[in-house]
Amino acid sequence: MNHPQAAEQFNRDVDRTTWHDKALWFVRQKRDRAVYQIPEWEQLRELASQIKNHTLSRLDDYLEEFERNAQQNGIQVHWAANAEEHNRIVLSILQKHKATRMVKSKSMLTEECHLNPFLEKHGIEVVDTDLGERIIQFNHEPPSHIVMPAIHLKKEDVGRIFHEHLGTPADASDPQFLAETARQHLRQKFVAADITLSGVNFAIAETGGFVVCTNEGNADLGVTLTPVHIASMGIEKIIPKLEHLGIFTRLLARSATGQLVTTYTSHFHKPRPGQELHIVIVDNGRTEQLGRPDFRNSLKCIRCGACMNTCPVYRRSGGHSYDYTVPGPIGSILSPNTDLKKHSTLPFASTLCGSCSDVCPVKIDIHVQLYKWRQIISKEKAMPASKRLAMKALANVLARPTLYARLGRMARKALSLTPHAISHAGAVNPWAIARELPEPPKQSFRDWYAQNAGKSVETPVSPAPVVDPN
Amino acid sequence: MSSRDQIIAKVRANKPQPLPLPEIPDFQPDPDQTFTRFAEALAFVGGQLVELHTGQAVADVVRERFPDAKRIAASVPLEGIHLMPVSVNTVKEELEQVDVAVLAGVFAVGENAAIWVPESNMLHRALPFITQHLVLVIDRNTLVATMHEAYRQIEKKTLSYGVFIAGPSKTADIEQSLVIGAHGARSLTVIVR
Repeated sequence: MNHPQAAEQFNRDVDRTTWHDKALWFVRQKRDRAVYQIPEWEQLRELASQIKNHTLSRLDDYLEEFERNAQQNGIQVHWAANAEEHNRIVLSILQKHKATRMVKSKSMLTEECHLNPFLEKHGIEVVDTDLGERIIQFNHEPPSHIVMPAIHLKKEDVGRIFHEHLGTPADASDPQFLAETARQHLRQKFVAADITLSGVNFAIAETGGFVVCTNEGNADLGVTLTPVHIASMGIEKIIPKLEHLGIFTRLLARSATGQLVTTYTSHFHKPRPGQELHIVIVDNGRTEQLGRPDFRNSLKCIRCGACMNTCPVYRRSGGHSYDYTVPGPIGSILSPNTDLKKHSTLPFASTLCGSCSDVCPVKIDIHVQLYKWRQIISKEKAMPASKRLAMKALANVLARPTLYARLGRMARKALSLTPHAISHAGAVNPWAIARELPEPPKQSFRDWYAQNAGKSVETPVSPAPVVDPN
Repeated sequence: MSSRDQIIAKVRANKPQPLPLPEIPDFQPDPDQTFTRFAEALAFVGGQLVELHTGQAVADVVRERFPDAKRIAASVPLEGIHLMPVSVNTVKEELEQVDVAVLAGVFAVGENAAIWVPESNMLHRALPFITQHLVLVIDRNTLVATMHEAYRQIEKKTLSYGVFIAGPSKTADIEQSLVIGAHGARSLTVIVR
């Protein structure tokens, strides 16, 4: 199913769509309140953008510097060219330790690599410990948002899922009660786990350590209890210096959820005595994106999700309609890099209003890239034939003024004669399913001009501009 | 070629022309406001502020706020309170029993109520998270205004593990309803001396 089809399905439940839209807009408003408290916000965005651009321009050096310093800290560094290699590395660490139980904190990268099903196939119990991720893991579905993975579910849905998997009373849907149930359930998992896997928000080249940001404390609780900690990161997570975290920690949580900072900002540099600390650095298509001048700066993304919360299309179509690990505007510019054909409808899942670019804390020109992907998709004929041929026909008309005038006259006539029920029938004119066509004017501007050219028209005289003598 | 060398080579071939690294300017909000901002931020993130008055000890506050706590662990002296010993060797089954942990923060950040707790101050890395309730003790004169200043305070050479803690553990994963006490501490009390 492509995006418009999935979005249409989502929109069949009008109340739920409205609820989803409002839930995300609420987060966007919280973001605004947190952002307006910082007078230098725009300066911070610009600095973050420049730091990331600089880092990408010297990424090879910084990756090597990071590796060197991490190894000096006693961290074992692994490199994975693709998802399969990443998964194999994780499995081999688990097998080396004869581990069968793994707890995991949020990592979009492991979603991208489909790590969970791979490990489960090899007999490993994988427990996602972020509450939202645990909920969707029970429900056998992928996250619908990168920061709020279960944002598409209502508390009654969560109640039903917990009733089925954790034995809570059938009608229990109080978030406080459900969260407490999850706390008790997951504490057992934390204590029983052999290995913890976490994501990485920032990896610091200068100090050879990395930072993980959470609110629940699940990443920290896991990694500080188990004898082995594996951290998975994409190559784009590198920042050059520790002091740069001053910029990024100010931007991340405010952009993501409207918090001042995440509850826990954990800095890992050395394994604790007796513990093993592994980092898996993953490419999986990122170096290719780096080689596309028009799209490389999508690699600046710090995964705050602000572009999703603000996007009128995301809010009304839901994260699952994108059918890609990272949904929303940022996902729509990342996904064509991995499979242009499969994700060819995503760059069109936008009004190009530019709100995503406006809220992006690292100033990715998301809506410009959406537009550029559209050009590529149409050049490579990756869009549906009906759309491609219609565009071609339209281009022909627009390039021929006489034809345009004649067809315009015919269309005005035809539209005024056609009954509304036919001109707005969804089967004939899908455009008009949720829209009204304009009233056809009696006369085109061209005709009006031909009639009125040369006649004197009284135009109101505007007052002379006041010139400040100073 | 190893995956490592392959990745580095591809980055080298595909990266853009060198771009400059910007200088970070010194963002200096009004220093007189730092404590007020901290107090407001702490309330916003769900933490509780206790300012010690003269003659009052940290132990008094702990006793008063957690009269029923049986297992208290602390990295600061708590006179008259029986402490549960916790070290890097404490097993997780025991750690899980901790009711209250009282730890010293090194400094606190005005703009977001984050408090820096390095490994050397937390007895065991899991303690600040596994304890049911957390108390952080900070000195008033260690407050800094922003995260920029905060990172300048961190001694790079001694970094092993350290965490900024801002408020109690929380989640909004169920319909955006804020629930305090997700996996980590259910409450955070900050004692300023």
